[in-house]
Amino acid sequence: MEMITALVYIAIFPGFFFLAVYGTALQWADRKICAVMQNRVGPPWYQTLADFIKLASKEVIIPDGADVKMFKALPYIAVAAVITAMLFIPITSSPIYSFQGDMIAVVYLLTIPTATFFLAGWSSTSPYASFGSMRVMTQLFGYEVPMLLSLVGPAILAGSWSIYDISAYFSTNPKMLFFQIIGFIVSLLSVQGKLERVPFDTPHAKNEIVGGQFTEYSGILLGLFNLSIDMEMVVCAALINAIFLGGSWQLGGWASIVLFLIKTFAIVFLFTAIKAMMARVRIDQMVKFCWKYLAPLAMIQIIVDICLKYTLLK
Amino acid sequence: MAKITIPLGPQHPALKEPENFMLVLDGEQICDATVNLGYNHRGIEKAAENRNYIQDIYLLERICGICSHSHVSCYIGCVEEIAKVEVPQRAKAIRTLVAELERIHSHLLWLGVAAYEMGFETMFMYTWRDREQVLDCLEMLSGNRVHYGINTLGGVRRDINAQQAKEIIKKINYLEERTKYYVNLATEEPTVLARTQNVGKLPYKVALERNALGPTARASGVKMDVRKQEPYFIYDKLDFEMITYDSEDVFGRVVVRVLELVESYKIIKQVLSALPEGAISVKVPWKIPAGESVFRYEAPRGEDIHYVKSNGSEIPERVKVRAPTLSNFQSIPYMLKGDYLADVPITIAAIDPCMSCTDRAVVYDAKNGKTRTFDWEELRKYSIEFYKKKGVNFSTK
Repeated sequence: MEMITALVYIAIFPGFFFLAVYGTALQWADRKICAVMQNRVGPPWYQTLADFIKLASKEVIIPDGADVKMFKALPYIAVAAVITAMLFIPITSSPIYSFQGDMIAVVYLLTIPTATFFLAGWSSTSPYASFGSMRVMTQLFGYEVPMLLSLVGPAILAGSWSIYDISAYFSTNPKMLFFQIIGFIVSLLSVQGKLERVPFDTPHAKNEIVGGQFTEYSGILLGLFNLSIDMEMVVCAALINAIFLGGSWQLGGWASIVLFLIKTFAIVFLFTAIKAMMARVRIDQMVKFCWKYLAPLAMIQIIVDICLKYTLLK
Repeated sequence: MAKITIPLGPQHPALKEPENFMLVLDGEQICDATVNLGYNHRGIEKAAENRNYIQDIYLLERICGICSHSHVSCYIGCVEEIAKVEVPQRAKAIRTLVAELERIHSHLLWLGVAAYEMGFETMFMYTWRDREQVLDCLEMLSGNRVHYGINTLGGVRRDINAQQAKEIIKKINYLEERTKYYVNLATEEPTVLARTQNVGKLPYKVALERNALGPTARASGVKMDVRKQEPYFIYDKLDFEMITYDSEDVFGRVVVRVLELVESYKIIKQVLSALPEGAISVKVPWKIPAGESVFRYEAPRGEDIHYVKSNGSEIPERVKVRAPTLSNFQSIPYMLKGDYLADVPITIAAIDPCMSCTDRAVVYDAKNGKTRTFDWEELRKYSIEFYKKKGVNFSTK
């Protein structure tokens, strides 16, 4: 019985099926809203599904000299890692799996897709893909530290490393959320680096290095990579929601799911606004920005939280 | 990491037309860059020698989809000089009007392309939407959006009435408002500044050495504009500034072009407010007397030069086109050196290249390293054989 429920969690909710459907829906919303912001019409609602079906029906071409097994396995690993990360993030009031330190586990699991992007580019043996994967890695060292630091603040305040405990803490102390505004902004910006979106989409900047790390990918394998990025967007939005926006507010049942959808959609709307407002920055500027501004800001957030916890709230 | 060479083009998303740039990279930094031309051969110069002077107008208009009026005006300037035709003032004014509308159209298009190369898609969409206003003006004036066909030997083909003038002023006023917004966007948005400042440096001295032209040169502080130096049409009677900027980088090129838009609005308003009365064209004989002439014209991308030689018949003996991009290409390797790979698209786009206007074909023999040119018969034979090998037979014999 336990086996079956676990399978349902992984395959349907909140696992593969839910993430795939909601991820592609959010991707469509992102494209449509961006189009409206840019004075365009934008794609119809079935566009993302049609894209996936089209890619799935295409031939997979594997370049000479690529490690075939690894080349084929990487997209699946990326998707699997993203699904696993989602299992620790609470959607309804009670999470599916939770333990002390699952926040670190989620960040770790979210790093795996990035590692697969790097390996995907590296194993493609094409100069554009190699440049893409080099940039993936460089970018990782830029955004990863500020992102993790921004999550540490709320964890200190809540006195727990579990995502569920943190969101439960903020549900009972909503006033504390106003003090997390710096951390919220830092995490919002550094997630743009993780999701490789404008202004931090250098790894696959099409004007510079064609398709970046995915240049040699085609067919279903590319479709799965795209899907994993869509899913990752949901997971990142859910993580920000759980840590900085109080998660489900202890509502439980359908109300919590609706609240989850509304709040993640609102976060993706912010992603879209950032995308529409900015130009792509260079990789060196990106790393400089992350270390010069985002990391110190995240540190300030931690100091604020420590002061709150040990002086004001004592 | 060892130095690696990567090709940018002939097929690459950053390039709208085929051209090849070989980049030697050390990590992300460019150590060396080479430009390889010659991927487009359209045979327009040769074809111009087989058509009469009137037919050539429509042929040469198709050199470029953006500076179509520039190339024709330049060619017509040559022919009219040889034939010693006095063009009516009203025709000259209408030519100036179309030329400036074309400059607005070209600069707005460029602004969009530059934004796109920086990954700033919103600005790309905005500028291209506003560009539609200019295209509407041109369509109203000439009946066409890009190849206006308004020029003819001895004048222009269509007159302009008061209603049209009013409509154009209305649209120009709208564009003036929008341009203020673009000036702010281009000079204040931090990501745009990060991508353009100190990128693609071209110092004043190098710009002169490498013969940079148009906005590229003016952004390096070179005071060079044919409209001021050697006024044609009615530019000598108009009041406008030559825009120069001394930042010597891509940012300067953006600023120069955006401010030139403002100058063009000024010119159009002046032309429309004082449109001379009279005929719009004079008759020019079919046969042009023997002679030769060179005409310089300030196209949106820089100085365009045409050379026409006539032999007394109705067909020109030689038409030579020097598009501004050919001259600007010399500066590209210098601008790219030391920059990052990410700067390549915007640096190339910053000269506003028009590859197929520039390209000529030469035959290169790799064995002995010699170049030569085909003559007409040889080229015809070669192309027939080339397609026969692919199973297509174009020869009627």
